[in-house]
This record gives sequence, C-alpha cells and structure tokens, in this order.
Amino acid sequence: MSRKTKIVLVSLLAVIVLAFLPLFALKGAEFGGSDDAGSQKVEEVTGEAYEPWFTPVLEQMLGGELPGEVESLIFCIQTGLGVGILAYSFGYLVARKKYSGNSQEKSSDKEEQA
Amino acid sequence: MTTGEKKLMSISVVLALMFCVPQTVSAMHIMEGYLPPAFCIGWGAVCLPFLAAGIIFIRRLVQQHRKSVLLLAMAGAFIFVISSLKIPSVTGSCSHMTGTGLGAILFGVPATSVLGVIVLLFQALLLAHGGITTLGANTFSMAVAGPLVTWGVYQIGKKCKLPKLFNVFLAAMLGDLFTYCITSVQLALAYPSAEGGIWASMAEFLAVFAPTQLPLAVIEGILTMLVVMGLETYAKTELHELGCAKRGLFK
Repeated sequence: MSRKTKIVLVSLLAVIVLAFLPLFALKGAEFGGSDDAGSQKVEEVTGEAYEPWFTPVLEQMLGGELPGEVESLIFCIQTGLGVGILAYSFGYLVARKKYSGNSQEKSSDKEEQA
Repeated sequence: MTTGEKKLMSISVVLALMFCVPQTVSAMHIMEGYLPPAFCIGWGAVCLPFLAAGIIFIRRLVQQHRKSVLLLAMAGAFIFVISSLKIPSVTGSCSHMTGTGLGAILFGVPATSVLGVIVLLFQALLLAHGGITTLGANTFSMAVAGPLVTWGVYQIGKKCKLPKLFNVFLAAMLGDLFTYCITSVQLALAYPSAEGGIWASMAEFLAVFAPTQLPLAVIEGILTMLVVMGLETYAKTELHELGCAKRGLFK
C-alpha cells in the first residue's frame, strides 16, 4: 500500500469514529441542534424568555413549522446537489487522467499554453 | 479593475461604513429573529465589501480562466454537502460543519463569501435554518471570519514550510472553530449577561458551542485535506492555472 492510500484510509476511519462514537458513548442523549441550545442559552443569559421578532418566511407561508420529514427531504436535496457536483467533477478529473493518452495530453498542454 | 467594478467596490465599502459607524458594535447559525435589528444590519453591512469583491473575483474567473470554474463549483458543492450534514457530538447535541475551508484555501476569502451566502440563503429560505434577518451575522461568521482565519493560517503555515496536507487540515479546522467563536461573540454582544456583561455572556455561549464543535472541526479538517489530496492527484492543470489566475486577477 502506498503512503497516500494509508493516509486516506486512516483519515476516513478517523472521520467515521469521530462522527459516530458520541452516538454510542452517550446513550439516551437527545442530540438536538446546537443552534437550539444557543437559543436556550439566550434565555438563560438574559433571564427572560426571548420572543424572536421575526419568524422564518417559510413558516409564515406554511402557518407553522416545517414538518420534520420534509425538512430532512430538503436537507437531502442540499446534500444530493453537492455530492452530485463533487462526484461529477471528480469522475471527470479521474477519467481524464486515466484515459488521456500521450497524444491527447500533449494537445491539452498546448491549449494551456495558448 | 474596470470602472464598473470600482463603483461596486466603493459603494459596498461606503454602505458598510454608513451602517457600522453609528452603532458602536464591533457570530454558527443564529436563529431567525434572534438578533436585534441594529445588529442584523450592522453585521450584514460588514459583509458587503467581501461579497462585492467576491462577485468581481468570480466574474473575472469565469471570463478569463474557464478551467478554474470546475474547481469553484467543487468548492461550492463541498460547502453544500458539508453544511447539510448534522453530526452528533460529544456534548449530546448535533451540529454541522461549515465546509468553507476548501474554498478559502483555493480561492481566498471573497469568493468563498459568495459561495457561503448561497448556502446560507438556501438554508434560511427553504429550511428555516438560520434566517433572513440573521443572514448578515451568519454570513460574517461562516463566510467571512472563518475563511479569513483558514486563509491566514494556511498562508502562515506555507511560510513556515509545514507539510502541505497537515497545513490544510490545521487551517480548515481552525477556520471551522473560529466560525463558532464568532457566533458566540455575536450573541454575547447582542445579549450581554446581566451580571458579568459581555465577557461573561461570551463565555456562556462559547461553552455551548465550543465543545460540540471541536470534534466536528477535526472532521472538517480531515475531509478538506482528503479533497485537496484528490485535487492534487487529478486536477494538477486546474490548480496550476488557478495559481496563475490569482496572481493576475486583482492587478
């Protein structure tokens, strides 16, 4: 295995451990958003319940909170869009490197110089 | 710069000064409606020059260096992916990363600000996550301050001849952490504690965000490093062109 492959494998393993260890280490924790924790802190610090002076446009239009399932759908769309572009780009780059024969490489080099 | 670009830049700077001077204010996602209006406008104004510079930068990149656009799209997509992933953390709450490190390292701060705003708008409008009123403050923390630290650390690391991949990791990690520090500062300025004032309040907010964010910052550092590794292997020509482009673009 090359040094690079090792780095990649170790890094990926570290990411997975870091991301999922808390889930198993802290059984029964709520895992709410830290943005919400921040809002609660606002109430603690100021000593009174804070009334947000503006509600999200979407919630105004819906007349309530976005349903949890729909929220996860939109988060998935966001992830999907990003992954799509990243995967397409890397696919393009990897294939270009793999299939560019000597002749093509030379011609693309010339393009750069021009 | 062309006259049009100069105009855009100066208008944004003037606007920034106009809104910031009267208030003596000096922030990850602050919830919609959770910042007083004066702060919303102030933070938004601070971001304007960065956004204007970013738009100019991206326009020129698209016009003159088409090959680098692929990298720009990738940096934007990286922010999209990374900031949509809510990850459980050691404190028992979830948070997400910013993903702006890659853009800052490759393109510098202004272009990253623009990419960050796109993501923040997406989340504020469609997900009610963050918000339109707090867009300015969130933009400043995630798309200006964080990338600024990442870019700075990366440049210093380069001078000190740190190993490149480690440097990328460190820069992206610190940028992510700093984003949340700024969020704490922003909240503390808006909500000084009744007893200890701004500093006590800041410590409180930091105590909420920092421990949650630390492992996530490490993850972000690692992921950014992996993408940079991939780019160095497969996109040498683009990176090279980008290097040349950055030197020539703002002259």
